[in-house]
Amino acid sequence: MTKLSPVLSANWDEKDSFTIEGYKRHGGYKAAATALGMEPDAVIQMIKDSGLRGRGGAGFPTGSKWGFIPQGDNKDHYLVVNADESEPGTCKDMPLLLANPHVLVEGIIIASYAIRANHAFIYLRGEVVHVYRRLLQAIEDAYAAGHLGKNIGGKGFDLELTLHAGAGAYICGEETALLDSLEGFRGQPRLRPPFPAIAGLYAKPTVVNNVESIASVPAIINNGLEWFQAMGTEKSKGFTLYSLSGHVENPGQFEAPLGITLREILELSGGIRKGHQLKFWTPGGSSTPIFTAEHLDVPLDYEGVSAAGSMLGTKALQIFDETTCVVRAALRWSEFYKHESCGKCTPCREGTWWLVQMLHDLEAGKGTEADLEKLLDLCDNIAGRSFCALADGAVAPIISSLKYFRDEYLEHQRNGGCPFDPVASTNFAAVNS
Amino acid sequence: MTPEQLTEVEMITVVIDGFEVTVPKGTLVIRAAEKLGIQIPRFCDHPLLSPAGACRQCLVDIEINGRAFPKPQASCTIPVENNMIVKTQLTSPVADKAQKGIMELLLINHPLDCPVCDKGGECPLQNQAMSNGRPESRYEGVKRTFDKPISISSQVLLDRERCVLCARCTRFSDEIAGDPFITLNERGALQQVGIYESDPFESYYSGNTVQICPVGALTGASYRFRARPFDLVSVDSACEHCASGCAMRTDIRRGKTLRRLAGEDASVNEEWNCDKGRWAFKYLSSRERVATPMIRGADGELHEASWPEAIAAAAAGLKGKRAGVLVGGRATLEDAYGYSKFARVALGTNDIDFRSRPHSAEETSFLASVAVNATTTYKDIDKADQVVLLGFEPEDESPIVFLRIFKQVKKRGLVVTSDAPFASRGSTKLKAKLITSISDVTGLTEKSVVIVGERLSETAGALSAAVELVNKSGAKLAWIPRRAGERGALEAGAIANLLPGGRPISETSARVDIQTAWSVPALPITPGRTTNEILEALNLVSDDVSALDAVVIGGLDPADISSQALSQLLNSFVVSLEISHSSVTAIADVVLPVAAVVEKSGTFLDWEGRSRAFDKGITDALTRSDVRILSMIADELGAPIELPTVSATRREIAAVGKWDGAKAEFTKITLTSKSPTGDKLNLSSWRQLLDLGSLQLGEANLAGTSRKAAAHISSSRAEKLGVTYGQEVRISSELGSIKLPVVISQMSDDTIWVPRNSQGSQVIASLGFVSGQVTVVKA
Repeated sequence: MTKLSPVLSANWDEKDSFTIEGYKRHGGYKAAATALGMEPDAVIQMIKDSGLRGRGGAGFPTGSKWGFIPQGDNKDHYLVVNADESEPGTCKDMPLLLANPHVLVEGIIIASYAIRANHAFIYLRGEVVHVYRRLLQAIEDAYAAGHLGKNIGGKGFDLELTLHAGAGAYICGEETALLDSLEGFRGQPRLRPPFPAIAGLYAKPTVVNNVESIASVPAIINNGLEWFQAMGTEKSKGFTLYSLSGHVENPGQFEAPLGITLREILELSGGIRKGHQLKFWTPGGSSTPIFTAEHLDVPLDYEGVSAAGSMLGTKALQIFDETTCVVRAALRWSEFYKHESCGKCTPCREGTWWLVQMLHDLEAGKGTEADLEKLLDLCDNIAGRSFCALADGAVAPIISSLKYFRDEYLEHQRNGGCPFDPVASTNFAAVNS
Repeated sequence: MTPEQLTEVEMITVVIDGFEVTVPKGTLVIRAAEKLGIQIPRFCDHPLLSPAGACRQCLVDIEINGRAFPKPQASCTIPVENNMIVKTQLTSPVADKAQKGIMELLLINHPLDCPVCDKGGECPLQNQAMSNGRPESRYEGVKRTFDKPISISSQVLLDRERCVLCARCTRFSDEIAGDPFITLNERGALQQVGIYESDPFESYYSGNTVQICPVGALTGASYRFRARPFDLVSVDSACEHCASGCAMRTDIRRGKTLRRLAGEDASVNEEWNCDKGRWAFKYLSSRERVATPMIRGADGELHEASWPEAIAAAAAGLKGKRAGVLVGGRATLEDAYGYSKFARVALGTNDIDFRSRPHSAEETSFLASVAVNATTTYKDIDKADQVVLLGFEPEDESPIVFLRIFKQVKKRGLVVTSDAPFASRGSTKLKAKLITSISDVTGLTEKSVVIVGERLSETAGALSAAVELVNKSGAKLAWIPRRAGERGALEAGAIANLLPGGRPISETSARVDIQTAWSVPALPITPGRTTNEILEALNLVSDDVSALDAVVIGGLDPADISSQALSQLLNSFVVSLEISHSSVTAIADVVLPVAAVVEKSGTFLDWEGRSRAFDKGITDALTRSDVRILSMIADELGAPIELPTVSATRREIAAVGKWDGAKAEFTKITLTSKSPTGDKLNLSSWRQLLDLGSLQLGEANLAGTSRKAAAHISSSRAEKLGVTYGQEVRISSELGSIKLPVVISQMSDDTIWVPRNSQGSQVIASLGFVSGQVTVVKA
């Protein structure tokens, strides 16, 4: 039985966990001092060796990304932290930044030093004003304590850190759209190549990392490779935050080694809400194909989830019990993607527009079985045809729900409408019963 | 490209649909396929714009070194690589399905208004939906709707329902024209092209967006609902508006010009033109067109006459008289050649000039010694390490030259230096370094290009200084006049000191060349006079030895020359060859209607001297080219010039050829800078692209996008005058005054700039000069 392994979340229960004093009480900013005493390349090598993979969804090795930055090119380099967390179901970075913003700041210092960046940016989702305030305070405190600014720790390293609040577009979580937005343009994905490592922010070599990836760095520096590699599985090393939400007794963040299963997390957390059974769930947010109860023992690491036909994504475990209509869930997600499609490319812009209308009809019990084939064919014409991965995410819940719950779609047609009571799946329904 | 340069480019061989093709490194897959004749459908792709990859219509399967991409790739964004195998819709079922899927998606929100859409019949969406789409849509939902159309300027209308959001228009405006006045805004299916809240799409190049729009989303107000493409006859033509030399396409229906488009010529205008070239053609069908020959009767009125009567009357008035010829700057090479030969052979004079604008004797010498037969080209601008603009404002005076310079500024930071008194919009886009004196030009090398505009002749000694600059540095010199006919007229010898082919009239062997070619015993050797001198001579009493009694006038407006030019014509016999009634026809004794550009064949020489030949567009036009009419008058005078047709004239020009001897020595004069006296200011001006020019008459939509006339002064001058932005000043000379709102610019305190021929600012008519000293007060 895998146990929880709180690292980033270890001290969230302390009243002052978000303050610089609270952070330092548990050894905060020691890792930065250690790293600044190392050669930058040694820091990159250490992160490479650790096996840390990006926690933003794609799981790209973090150290390799840092290693792509051309060194000695006499150009400014930038580190950009992607804090535009906006995937439905994903809710790990915001609580982390609320409870422990300094771990990100420390990670930024180390990463910037490693890639020789003297200016780092945090691109924060615009709606989370409370996180913005807390992060701003943390940055101010870090400046005051000499962890940011000129000649940090007397080691001759300069670093400016800018916090930028986005304007609430999901697409700006895509790294190149984020860079456009950060530069002051409308956020739309850029053509690649050139990749950000060569021409990113202001056309300069840039690393774009997720909050959790950067926040994991100080612990690796402090505790060493062995400690980190002892957690996780062969190719998915270390600890991570699993966000449990939906029809469960205790939703929240569960920090555990990669490879833990949903069954274990449910056991550790108190299970599905009383009197109900698991129907389907997402392993990594709404952009990842859904799983069912048959996947309870799939190891939640990059390889395990992928082998079972989905993606680990952001490890957002949204749990739906038997009261939930899967057609309705797919429709709701589709409405989200239609709303968030940036409009740049045809399949995403027009496809999500069409998908919503088809799912509306299907949920209302209209149409025939042939319409399911049409829906699948439409998904096939969208998936893998778009400019960025947004549209791939948009069709993932539709295709997978049809795979596991085809009969439920047909039941809508036989029934002439949705057979579910929408109130039964709500939180207040449980309170009333 | 030289052979050495060619070898520098690495060549890549790829296999597309089983066929090998070798293309330069960096070529995009979609274009490599074109080389094989394989057409991959596309919307956002445009060879002159940066790749967007937005429409996703051009998806193909690609494999490199045996490794296949997991999903189809946009062939408009991927450069070829060695060992690449591409399968298009022709050989890959996956690519074919992907393309059909994209097409179906593009059409779900596209209105079915093809029957009333201007683009219907020439629409890439229509065509490619037929070639690469499903026979029928499976879409049963609700289409997105917008208000339609909305005007984004007085000449461009936007139908957002039809838009496929390919971003060609926005990329063109940003990348090519440097006018990012339109952008994409909103998101998802509501994404749309838009303008800024209060700023319409007032770019000089906005018409190109209408032309490259792959659907009927952007339409021109002047053409909207006028015709179906399949009713039009398209002819290749050349633009008559400026010396840039754009290739054009003219679309004609039943003898009427309905539309003009930019033609393709990679070495000149690429695929672009300016809005004036595109939309200023209503003068062709103006009610002011002269329909028949006319003779002024004893009653002092013009009366319609037959051609033989009119020709006889013209000949009778010219016979045995001392006559001069004013050609105007808009004649074709053939017509100008006709005037040149007519003056020498039929009238026996060298009193001929094509300059219907301020000019100088220094310029006369410059044209014959430097400008004629010059060989600087667009390519020299492409390769230049610096471009110097002297008396030349490219965006206003030769807009395609502007685009070429801008392209290099954008691409590689080409250095531009300008002697303009303030940073105009054009100069700002070119990031031009402004200089106050020609002597401030630095860093010229053999790769630099010094561009001299016609206005440089207005400053005494400036042309001499420019020539000195070029001679010292080895830089290339280009003379770019504003009007389309000037370079051709110069080469045709429609000027006092040159015979056709750039032959100096002072050279005996040059004269012998022409005497032989023309089979005439002698050519006049009395030195000819300039436009101003001819006009003065016409005004002399007839017993003066220098006086002229008669004049043959091509298309010109006396108000372009001087404020008194028209009155100087009043006492002479005037033969006017004109397309429309004008101030000249109003006082002429004989008026002979001539063909406008689309009604005749001919050739313009652009500023490079490059031939821009065009054929007759309206084949059954009843009007005739100037040269044909001149030939008839010459016959009547008994001194035939034997140029009965344009093609005969072309043959003769080719046979005469260019002068291969030395050019005449340039007579330099010293540049003297004038400081204004007392409270006066130096007046500076040029013509804006869109103004009161006579060829723009009748096109209100175009005029709606012209830049508002304003006087530019420095901030400290404004303070002295007690005016702020937008307040009016009165600018006066002894002759008269104009009143304009002011704009504060960074410029010399001693200078005021005004547009030369705009609404409310007609400088020559109101002030009597274009460069001089004026009094400025708060109005």
